Amino acid sequence: MARTSQRKWVTGYLIAVAAIFILYQFLFPWEGLPIGIYDFLQLWLPPTAVNESLVYVICALGLNIVVGYAGLLDLGYVAFWAIGGYCAGWFMSEFFYQINVHFFGSVARTAPGIHVNFWGVLLIGGLVCAFFGILIGGPTLRLKSDYLAIVTLGFGEIIPQVFFNGDNIAGFNLSNGTKGITILDPIPVGVKNIGPFDFGFKFIIFVLLAALMVFISLRLRKGKLGRAWLAIREDELAASMMGVPLMRTKLSAYAVGAFAGGLGGVAFATHVDGVYAERFNFSISIFLLAMVVLGGMGNVWGVIIGALLLSWINSTGLPAFGSTFNDKFGTSINFPSFTFLLFGLVLILMMLYKREGLIPESRLRLILHEGDAEEDITSKESK
Amino acid sequence: MALSTNNVLLASNISVQFGGLLAVNDVTFGIPEKSVVSLIGPNGAGKTTFFNVITGLYKPSSGTVNYDGTDTTDLPPHKIAALGMARTFQNIRLFGLMTAEENLLVAMHSHLKSGILATIMGTPSQRKEEKEALDRAREILDFVGIGKWAGEYARNLSYGDQRRLEVARALALNPKVLLLDEPTAGMNPQESQVFIDFVYKVRAERDVAILLIEHDMKVVMSVSERVTVLDQGEKIAEGTPDEIRSNQRVIEAYLGKAKGGK
Repeated sequence: MARTSQRKWVTGYLIAVAAIFILYQFLFPWEGLPIGIYDFLQLWLPPTAVNESLVYVICALGLNIVVGYAGLLDLGYVAFWAIGGYCAGWFMSEFFYQINVHFFGSVARTAPGIHVNFWGVLLIGGLVCAFFGILIGGPTLRLKSDYLAIVTLGFGEIIPQVFFNGDNIAGFNLSNGTKGITILDPIPVGVKNIGPFDFGFKFIIFVLLAALMVFISLRLRKGKLGRAWLAIREDELAASMMGVPLMRTKLSAYAVGAFAGGLGGVAFATHVDGVYAERFNFSISIFLLAMVVLGGMGNVWGVIIGALLLSWINSTGLPAFGSTFNDKFGTSINFPSFTFLLFGLVLILMMLYKREGLIPESRLRLILHEGDAEEDITSKESK
Repeated sequence: MALSTNNVLLASNISVQFGGLLAVNDVTFGIPEKSVVSLIGPNGAGKTTFFNVITGLYKPSSGTVNYDGTDTTDLPPHKIAALGMARTFQNIRLFGLMTAEENLLVAMHSHLKSGILATIMGTPSQRKEEKEALDRAREILDFVGIGKWAGEYARNLSYGDQRRLEVARALALNPKVLLLDEPTAGMNPQESQVFIDFVYKVRAERDVAILLIEHDMKVVMSVSERVTVLDQGEKIAEGTPDEIRSNQRVIEAYLGKAKGGK
């Protein structure tokens, strides 16, 4: 029963993915497409926005493991995103022109720099981030929730700053500073190499990565580790008394979350075809956290919807709405500048009326509505 | 029935000092194999502190704890638990938003071997292990009599069933020693009687030694083979329930000294 409904869902997703791929790969560039439809899509759902939102999905799913499953508040997740991005920059470009290293790269063997195959870089990015996750987590995860949040916040500020100012570390150019690292190697997929403007194929790759994260999340959740994470979220002391090693279990949540951040970072770098230090700012950490909270902490499907929705509003929805509104009423309101006002409002409203998120994890709904029955009684009495 | 002379757990010369307060003072305490022993004493006698030393939550200022041939004095709680020392809590501490079944599976954490990659890939050995663990969890839930609630969130169970689930969760650790911290707190006499029978059943069928911390004297006196009395951090008496009942120092500790006595 559960299996057939699962199969239906998977088929549904596959059809949706195929439809979107055909739309952007073949219909979008097709000259016969009515100009009205083209303009509409370009305004409301351009291919870059679709791909960017998928990058957010990958990262939000990783953050969900840390925040939603294990209950560890992480306010510096952008650091992993940045590290993943720079891994792509370092290992898939001509940035280190002094040396010439090729590992199944997609460019000519004579090209200077380090050129590792994209799929290899994904793995490297993920593993490097997981390593940093453990490195940072080791000393900080002993802290209790609020203090942990503050330390992660600091970490999320430090790493991007290092990259921002990393063009001259004792004479060594680590990150090219504000100029960033640009022009990444194309992505080899067997039949062809995918360049920066090949949105359709990149879309497929990002969908695969997101699907991988969904798969990992669901499998881990059902297994031994997922149960231990939940147990820690519920009652740390009882968990340790039942034989769950606290540090190791928390560290593993952190490492898996960081791994996803690394994947997202590499994906984002290929999406924008470069790595730019100023893009890795604090607001991304908060943005991702908002996606997790809005969608429903701990629920994979909710987090996906939260990520798609917020990312779309941010990149396309609000600007498109703004320009349409301004055209119609002859105003000149700068709608995109209200992004954070809008998100703030949404979060406040969510906390007031739908604390558990759009698609809540069933467990969470129970805690959050615990007092409601009593509230109802008191509010009736006061009337 | 005579007590076994083999101690499955032996805490020797335990002292615990909090700042200037000596909470436990040079207490030696053993739990014989497959026995039911009790630790009693007035409030503040150091029972819970002693309990926390055995389970590894506190490190004693001096003294050693030996469990089943292993020196556990400096081991962290999760390692001691994994060795097979299981406890319940005075104020129930279940994982409320996990099902009864999952609560038991958490306690089997240290017995499950599958790593993170095996879990993600769902290897045959991982699936087999999970299935066996689940079968064992169901078997234990049936044993304690709450099998029908296997899929229910722990917090939705009734108070008595939550107490049973705590014992079931502890049994999932496959313990040689089961530490029960005031298990009948909040129960009425009938419920306590049911619980006493339950303790016997656990002891008889699970080959486990049971240490009971309890305030309810009726419970203590009816189930224990040996009773140890703590007062102000010191062991003041140890013996069979009958001996304890008539021990002058114990009576004084509980009721106070008669004024103007001899």
